Amino acid sequence: MLARARDYADLYLVNAKTAIIGQFQYRLANLMFLVHLVIEPLIYLIVWTNVAEAQGGSVGGYTASTFAAYYIVWTLVRQFNLSLSPFSFEWRIKNGRLAGELLRPVHPIHYDLGFFLGIKVPYVVYWLPAGLILWLIFRPVIELTWWQVAAFPVALMLGFLVRFAMLWLLGLITFWTTRVSAIFDLFFTLELLLSGRLVPLELMPGWAQDIAAWLPFQWAFGFPIEVLIGRLAPDQIVRGFAIQVIWIAVSYTVIHLVWKRGIKHFTAVGG
Amino acid sequence: MKPAIHVRDLTKVFKVPERDAGLKAATLSLFKRKYKEVRAVDSIAFDIQPGEVVGFLGPNGAGKTTTLKMLAGLLYPTSGELDVLGYLPEKRQKDFLRQITLVMGQRSQLNWDIPAIDSFELNRAIYSIPRKQYEETRDELIELMLLGDLINKPVRNLSLGERMKVEAVGALLHRPQVLFLDEPTIGLDVTMQRRIRRFIQEYNARYNATVLLTSHYMADVQALCKRVIVIHHGKLLYDGGLAGLVERFSAMKTLSVTFSDMNGHAPDFSTFGTVISQEPNRVSLRVGKAETPNVTARMLADLPVTDLTVEDPPIEEVIEHVFEQPKEDDEKKETA
Repeated sequence: MLARARDYADLYLVNAKTAIIGQFQYRLANLMFLVHLVIEPLIYLIVWTNVAEAQGGSVGGYTASTFAAYYIVWTLVRQFNLSLSPFSFEWRIKNGRLAGELLRPVHPIHYDLGFFLGIKVPYVVYWLPAGLILWLIFRPVIELTWWQVAAFPVALMLGFLVRFAMLWLLGLITFWTTRVSAIFDLFFTLELLLSGRLVPLELMPGWAQDIAAWLPFQWAFGFPIEVLIGRLAPDQIVRGFAIQVIWIAVSYTVIHLVWKRGIKHFTAVGG
Repeated sequence: MKPAIHVRDLTKVFKVPERDAGLKAATLSLFKRKYKEVRAVDSIAFDIQPGEVVGFLGPNGAGKTTTLKMLAGLLYPTSGELDVLGYLPEKRQKDFLRQITLVMGQRSQLNWDIPAIDSFELNRAIYSIPRKQYEETRDELIELMLLGDLINKPVRNLSLGERMKVEAVGALLHRPQVLFLDEPTIGLDVTMQRRIRRFIQEYNARYNATVLLTSHYMADVQALCKRVIVIHHGKLLYDGGLAGLVERFSAMKTLSVTFSDMNGHAPDFSTFGTVISQEPNRVSLRVGKAETPNVTARMLADLPVTDLTVEDPPIEEVIEHVFEQPKEDDEKKETA
C-alpha cells in the first residue's frame, strides 16, 4: 500500500517535471498564449467598467475597481483551471497514442492529471508579470482577510479538479463517435455563460443563477474568484468546498464507469 | 517448457457498416444500417517458446496487426484461446503489461517536445522500475543502439531513423519478456535497418526475450528469424523454418550454367526453360521444380558444361508468390 502510494507520487512528480520541461520549450507560443489570456478578460473588464460608470459608479454592487479585482483574479483562475481539451481525445485515438497508453500499467488519467498539475508552474510564472501590469493599470480593490487567503488555493485546486474531470468525461464520448464538435461547443458556450467567465454570476438574472447553481461550471471558475475578492462569507465558502467535493466525487465515479464501457467498445472495434 | 505465447482457434470478426452509393442509400442508412462481417483473423493457431524470434508475414490486410493487437491485449478476440506468459491479454493486468511491449514502426509513443532522456525517466516512473535497474538497463540499451548524444535532443529534432532508435530503447526500458514488433524498420535506410536488427538480436540474446515481428523487409526476417508464420486472408498458411517456406511455395528453381567454348553454336536454351539472362558461354534459366533433375541431366549430357548450380529463387519472389494465393472463397466463386 505504502509502496504503491510512493510509486504514484513518483509518477506524478516525474510527469509534472516532464510537463514543465516541455512547456518551457516554446517561448513564442507561450507569449502568444499569454496575450490571448489577457485580451479576453480585458475586453470584459473594459465593457463592465464603462457600464458601471454610466450607471453612476456601480452595477449590482460591483464598482470599477471590484470589476478590476474580479477579472484580474480571473486571469489566475483561468491559468489554473486549464485542462485537457476533449478534442485531444479524438487526436489521441486517431494517431494511436491511446493504444500505446492502454499498454502501460497505469490508467491514462494519471498522466493527464500529473501533466496539467505540472504545467501550472510555468503558467503561473508567465502569469505573474501579466497580473502585475494589469494590477498597476486598473488599480483593483481587494480587502484581504486571512481566511480568504487560506481558502483561495483550496478553491483553486478543487476548481481545477472539477473542470479537469468534466472535460475528461466529455472527451470519453469520442470512444463512440468522433462527430463531437457540436457537443463540445455547446459545453463551452454553457460554461462561458454559467460559470462566471463572461460575467460575474451575481449580475446574471435570477433564473440563470438558479440554473447555474445546479451545474458544475461556476465551481471551477466564479467560485474561486469570489472567494479571493471577498464576495463570500466564511459559511458560503465552506458550503462551496462541499459542493466542489461532491462534483469531484460524482464526476470521477462516472468517469470510472464510462471509461470501462468505452474501453470495452474500443477494444472490440480496433485500437 | 510452457510456451510464452499460446494461440488456438483465434478469430476476430469485425462488423463493418455497409452502404450502397448514392443519396437514397445514405438516407436509408440513417434508419436501418446494414453490416457486413469481415473475418480479419480466422481460426489461427500457433505456440511460441520463450526466447524464440518468429517472423510474422503476410501482405497488407492479412490480419497481422489485428493478431498482434489481440496478443498485446488491445483487441478482444471474437473467439479462441489465448495465453501470453500465463495471462489472458484482453484483461490487461498490470503484471502482464509490465512484461510485454508493442512497438509500431509508424506510431510514436515518445513526447516530441522533450529530449528522449526525459521520456525515459517518465517510463521509469510509469513502470515503477527500481532506480538502479533502470539506470543499468538504460545505459546498456543506449550503448547497444549507439544513441550517444541523441538522447539529449528534443525528439522532434531527430530524423526518422534516430527517432526509431530512441523509440525502441524507450519501449524496452522495463525489460519486457515478450516483444511485439510491428514493422520496426519501416521507412529506414539500410544502415539504420541493420542497426535496429542487431539491437533486437542482442536484446533477445541478453534477456532470452520472445520476439514476434512483422516486416515487409525480408532482410529483417532472414537476419532475425529461424521460424516464420505466414498468414493470408486471416488464415494461417505456413508455420515453420524459412528454408521450408521456400521449399514449399516456390515452384521454380534457377539454373546457372557455364560452358566451355561452344564456338558460337549455342543451342536454343528456351527448350530447357525460361531464359533469364544469356551471355556467350553462360546462361541463367528458370525451370519448374519437378523438371529440374531432368533438365540438368539433359544439359550435362548434351552440352559442354563446366559449371552448373541450382538455386532457389530469392525469398522476396517466393513471398510474392505466396501472397498471390487466392482466397478460398474467391476460388469457390470462380468454380461455381
